[in-house]
Formats: sequence, structure tokens, C-alpha cells
Amino acid sequence: MTDQSGRFATGTERVKRGMAQMQKGGVIMDVVNAEQAKIAEDAGAVAVMALERVPADIRAAGGVARMADPRVVEEVMNAVTIPVMAKARIGHFVEARLLEAMGVDYIDESEVLTPADDKYHIDKSTFTVPFVCGARNLGEALRRIGEGASMIRTKGEPGTGNIVEAVKHMRQMMAEIRKVQNMSRDELMAEAKNIGAPFELLLEIHEKGRLPVVNFAAGGVATPADAALMMHLGSDGVFVGSGIFKSEQPAKFARAIVEATTHYEDFSRIVELSKNLGSAMPGIEISALEQADRMQERGW
Amino acid sequence: MKIGVLALQGAVEEHVRMLEKSGAEALSVKHPHELETLDGLVIPGGESTTISKLMHQYKLTEPIKQMGLAGKPLFGTCAGLIMLARRIEGVSSCHLGLLDITVRRNAFGRQRESFETALDISGVADDYEAVFIRAPSVTDVGPGVEVLSSVDDRIVVVRQGHLLGAAFHPELTEDHRLHSLFVTMVQDSMKMTTI
Repeated sequence: MTDQSGRFATGTERVKRGMAQMQKGGVIMDVVNAEQAKIAEDAGAVAVMALERVPADIRAAGGVARMADPRVVEEVMNAVTIPVMAKARIGHFVEARLLEAMGVDYIDESEVLTPADDKYHIDKSTFTVPFVCGARNLGEALRRIGEGASMIRTKGEPGTGNIVEAVKHMRQMMAEIRKVQNMSRDELMAEAKNIGAPFELLLEIHEKGRLPVVNFAAGGVATPADAALMMHLGSDGVFVGSGIFKSEQPAKFARAIVEATTHYEDFSRIVELSKNLGSAMPGIEISALEQADRMQERGW
Repeated sequence: MKIGVLALQGAVEEHVRMLEKSGAEALSVKHPHELETLDGLVIPGGESTTISKLMHQYKLTEPIKQMGLAGKPLFGTCAGLIMLARRIEGVSSCHLGLLDITVRRNAFGRQRESFETALDISGVADDYEAVFIRAPSVTDVGPGVEVLSSVDDRIVVVRQGHLLGAAFHPELTEDHRLHSLFVTMVQDSMKMTTI
């Protein structure tokens, strides 16, 4: 979109993807009110995700999870100067339009909320505000980017405090990227068909050896070591959902996760900052979850 | 010649790539001792609140300030420009306080209002593609500061001797002419110190 003079273009691909590039190496934290938002900002978060409930509580509450009350999102926007993200249900383009109208800086079309459409995601290319979406593999990531997502994150398994699914998804994506990069060009169309990815985007992966957008880890990060692990696996940064405010000492925990993300290669430093942090959030073993309770299965 | 890119957070590898395209050896730095071997430093775009907190927490503010005071060239983009500024609107303190300017954070609005436009940058280009993301602007400059570019009446590129600042993200496009200017500044400062 350009203004009347035609000199200023808003919502371009570079402006939307660039916003996510500015978040790299950082930690994005889930918060439910102004007080938590300030704790996150003070700890060095690069952005906050404004929610009514963190994923662990959404899981516990059951029922239908929807976009947060606009009052909560506004309260968080007024409390901090770092960017504010908020979640819309998969396919619920009206919730997304409401968040855009409020001036939210980034929208997460998220499987943490109950999907509003069982077949289609939002056409994100028509929005001025950028979107982040979850993915478990390369095909899913490229479908979301094809729809206009400007940032990808692993789905992991939200609200479990169990890193295993995020690791699985990050490894899967990285392995597929390497595979596509090493394919011969004449194999790409069949691969596009096999993984359900747009051909042009797959060709771009083949040529550049990386996703065209930033890729964060999400869904199960509960400790500083978890965050550092995801950085070693190739994440550009980390989302921490329930991990901060379900821990015993949120402010200290938040700082430690930020420091471990910046200095993920400095193991003695991570040893020091991991001391006396108190208990992390209680975790859930993935096999203990019923199929219907697995949020990562949401999305198509 | 070795130019560092402060790698606490933000668009680090993008700057490294642009500096390399401009003919410099570039590396990312995150520890105070790594600054000692550098001939110049880029402070990248990212979240200014986050970068400033981490700079203080990881004890980088003072050594970077000393680099600047010793005449080593520094280049700040977006958040980096805020780090360099002597005055920040609405805040009583500053971070490095080297560049004699006043900055306004998020001067163009939130992400929704972020934009790209073609800039005329004095001595660099008259068609520079500039990406502004939740960008600051310069609202006042001291006597030794050259204004190299403005968007309407808002100042967006400044230079004060060995210090260069841009409110936008030159690291997000393929155009490395502004990075080339910085590399030249570093070369010039090295000649001066060897004399």
C-alpha cells in the first residue's frame, strides 16, 4: 500500500519481514497484564505476546480459546515500548483485522487458540501488519509463507514445558532445508507436490539454503538451557509462553532465559545464570496427552 | 581492517554481509574484550530497549563509549542510532551519548505505519531504497552534526566526524552504498592514527 503521494509504501514484504529480522537473537514472552509486560521488558524481552491466559492455563481451562479481550491487549500496549504481538484463531481473519485496527505490531495466527476454520488459514498477504505462524515441517512453513506469513516458529507442544516437540520440529525443518538445497533442480517439482509446498518458495530454499523469513523456536521452552538448545539447532530466537510466569521467580527466570539466548555458546555462563532460579514450570509428558489435546495437530 | 557488528540482538548477519560486500572484514562481537581489536563498530537495528539493557548488563556501554571517544568510527542504524544519541526525547538519560543529536523513538508510529521510501542521501545516493521499521527520527542536531538526509522535515541520516547514524535499516536491502561510506570512514581514521 502506498500513500497519496506514492512515496511511502507500508506493509511491503521487506517492511513486514524486516520487523521479524529486528527480533533475531531475542526472546518473546507471553504476558497477561501490564505488570507482567513490564517484568518482561525489564528482563530484556524483544517483544511481548499479549494474551488473556498463557497456554498452560488455556490447556487447563479447556473449552474454546479465542482472541484476547482488546482491553488486555491495550493495557499491555500502553505499558511497554517494545513491540506487542497478539494471537488470532487460525482462519479467523476478523479477529486479525481487529488486532490490526488496534495497532498491534505482529499477529500470531496460532494453534494455541481453538481454530475458527477447519480448512483454510488467513490470507495474510492482504494485511499491513505482519504475521507469525507455527509449523512442524518445511511444507507447512512454506504454505504459511505462501499465504503471507513474515515469520515462522516451530509449533512444539504449547503449555507443556516439554521441549521435545520443538526440537523435533526444528530438526525436521532444518533437515528438509538441507535436503532441498542438495536436490537437483529437476527433483524440485515432485518434492513440492510431496510436501505440499509452493514450488517458487521451494526453489528459493534450493538456491539460498535457508527460509526466506526468520524462524523462531516455540512450544515447550521452560529453562535457559532449553532456549540455548534451540539456538544451537538453528533458531533465530525464542518464544517463551508459559515458561516465565509459571516459574517460581519470573523476573529472574526471564533475565536468565534472555542471557542464555544471547550467549548460547557460553556454557559456563549458562551454568552460572541457571543457579538458584527456583523451580521451572511443571512439565507434561507428551505421551500423557490425548490426541485431541495436542495443539500442534491444529493447522492445515 | 576489522569492523565489528554488535551482536546482542537484531539484524547482525545482515550488517556483516553488507560490510563484506563493501570490502571490509566483518565479525559479530558480544564480549567487551572483542572490541579491542576493532577499527570500527556497527550497532545494528533491533529493539532499542533490549539492546540498551543488554549493553549495560553485559558491561559493553563503557568500552564502546571509549572506542567512540578514541576516534574509532561507529555506525548506528535505527536502534543503534538511539544508542549513539546524546539526548532521547522523554527520557532523562542516554546510552552512549556520543552523537550530538536529540532522537524521538518510534517517531513514525507503530509497525502498521512502518514504510519504505526512496531517499536522497547527500554524497551517497539520490535513490537510496530505505526501509523504516518502527523507526526513530532526529529532532535536533548540535553544531558539529551534518544532516545527510531527511524525510519531509524529519532528519533520518546524520554524520558527526567519525560517527554515522541512520534511522532506517540499510542492512535490509542489497544497496551497500551507505556501508561503503562507513568503510571509507574507517579507512580514513586508520590513516590518521598511523600518522
